[in-house]
Amino acid sequence: MREIYLDNNATTKVDEVVFEEMRPYFCELYGNPSSMHYFGGQVQKKVDEARQRVAGLIGAQPEEIIFTACGTESDNAAIRSALEVFPNKRHVITTRVEHPAVLTLCRSLSKHGYRVTELNVDSAGRLDMDELRDAVDDNTAIVSIMYANNETGVIFPIEEVGRIVKEKGALLHTDAVQAVGKIPLNMAESTVDMLSLSGHKLHAPKGIGILYVRKGVPFRPFLVGGHQEKSRRAGTENTASIIALGKACELAGQHMGDENSRVKAMRDRLENELLRLIPAARINGGGADRLPNTVSIAFEFVEGELILLYLSELGICASSGSACTSGSLEPSHVLRAMGVPFTCAHGSIRFSLSRFTTDEEIDTVIRELPAIIRRGREMSPFGRELLAK
Amino acid sequence: MWDYTDKVKEHFLNPRNVGEIENADAVGEVGSLACGDALKLFIKLDENKERIVEAKFQTFGCGSAIASSSALTEMIKGKTLDEALGVTNKEIADFLGGLPEEKMHCSVMGQEALEVAIAKYRGGPVPSHDHGHEHEQEGEIVCKCFGLTDGFLKKVISQNRLHTAEQVTHFTKAGGACGGCIPKIKELIAEVLGEQQKQEPKKPERLTNLRKMQLIQEVLENEVRPLLWADGGDLELIDIAGNAVQIAFRKACAGCASSGYTSRFVEQKLRELVADDITVEEVQG
Ligand code: FES
Repeated sequence: MREIYLDNNATTKVDEVVFEEMRPYFCELYGNPSSMHYFGGQVQKKVDEARQRVAGLIGAQPEEIIFTACGTESDNAAIRSALEVFPNKRHVITTRVEHPAVLTLCRSLSKHGYRVTELNVDSAGRLDMDELRDAVDDNTAIVSIMYANNETGVIFPIEEVGRIVKEKGALLHTDAVQAVGKIPLNMAESTVDMLSLSGHKLHAPKGIGILYVRKGVPFRPFLVGGHQEKSRRAGTENTASIIALGKACELAGQHMGDENSRVKAMRDRLENELLRLIPAARINGGGADRLPNTVSIAFEFVEGELILLYLSELGICASSGSACTSGSLEPSHVLRAMGVPFTCAHGSIRFSLSRFTTDEEIDTVIRELPAIIRRGREMSPFGRELLAK
Repeated sequence: MWDYTDKVKEHFLNPRNVGEIENADAVGEVGSLACGDALKLFIKLDENKERIVEAKFQTFGCGSAIASSSALTEMIKGKTLDEALGVTNKEIADFLGGLPEEKMHCSVMGQEALEVAIAKYRGGPVPSHDHGHEHEQEGEIVCKCFGLTDGFLKKVISQNRLHTAEQVTHFTKAGGACGGCIPKIKELIAEVLGEQQKQEPKKPERLTNLRKMQLIQEVLENEVRPLLWADGGDLELIDIAGNAVQIAFRKACAGCASSGYTSRFVEQKLRELVADDITVEEVQG
């Protein structure tokens, strides 16, 4: 069985070209870029090249890129730095639909004397700019708002956020791990102060990320030790992965057009066909501006994990907003924040495509999913009433 | 991805007894859409209203909820109502070769639905864990989010020997939403532990025959059979006469070349945990 991988917001395949680029840096060119000898020096050159490539994708300058181990580290580093830079500002703003990397940190800050505002979203997953305007004040150290949501793909108007935030002198951080490579970003003309990016979401390996820090924005390191990354992030560089990320960013730039035309067309077709073929289904965040590769679709009266298990039997990999473990009984914090009715919050499935997705794969999902939903509803005491109609 | 046993997978891919029974004798409903899972159980009794001849279910829930419902309906067929009431959530999970701990609440849901169905049939008070439905309540509500009482939680805690609040959440969901009831759950665990310690004075000096038989059965159920299931085998207890225990091997164990070794293993276990003069003999049965 060949997998049909439609879970690219969770992680992506490493592009083979990217893998070839990093391959020599394990067994042959394994030097430490900080070394004084030529052997380390040649790796240093490749790391510099990677930094330029990453910067190129987001319209930044190479010195503004700090390599980290992952998106989560970047998020933590950004927020903690802002709090250290402004020791007297004790207020943080984020959103209710943020990734746990930000949300968990903010909630723990609220237990340590910080005031944390979690902004609401409407039923389409959009922010209310007036709520932000009311929340931000002179005491706000940092506003951390994701560029695009991982579950629904809803894109937030980060530049508009930035204009409001700047008026009060707070810093703006954005977790852009889902946005980079899917939609064009340009830090040269942006109000963003810090931005997180993760390699494995754009066909680079896991375990590599970056934090962009705008030139002139004060920064305090999260990891201290050696002087790597201009003392902004200690620890020997993950050279092979850094080089891979550089290549992946270069490729992402080249494929941006494809992502927003061919991939988007496949996503739209998937979405429209599923809505046409399956009754009582709705798109989460359907009314909002969304990433071209993501669709979150809610089916009433059937449980998400069951759908995933049946899909998985056919080799189709997707994800559900709800993790049906007793530990997280809440559907998903994102869908709940959007007020998705509970009749279908438990039955939401996310498909996330990539440039490796094919039309045939989309055809297979369109062919198989209606029967799976029907089967789940037939088993459910609630779904039967729906089917009877 | 959950580490489901093959049997769990088999039961959610091909669930047995899905549907409803038109003129069921007993119907039990637990859970709700808001909770994320729900089970409606239908039971049909024989003419004398003694034994269960048919059981069907409708379930809204994840893979293990479907599998637990399917297992439950298979297990209670042919049982009297009293025998059926004796089915514990642990037995449902065991029937499936085990469930991930986070999913144990699915098996508890099966046990609950059964209790509700039988209580309603008999016209007595209906157990309270009929989340989201209007029924008489027994005991005091501890978890508001899922409508669970102290009596119910204590029962699950003692039957499954739970020690942490997290386990209680995995088994009943209590504490899994707002978390407001967690301190109270911890108190209940302490209470149950206290009661158990009082009731369980060490190993009795001399075992009565009756107690010995019970112990042998318990050890086979809890310590031996789960291990055999793991390899696709099983055994059945045929007879106990004094210290001589007769067993028959089933499934993969039947006719397995190393069944002699397995008998010795069973003997060892029983000697260790029940009495050191027990002998185990394999019989055809
Ligand atoms: S009261 Fe138990 S989880 Fe809310």
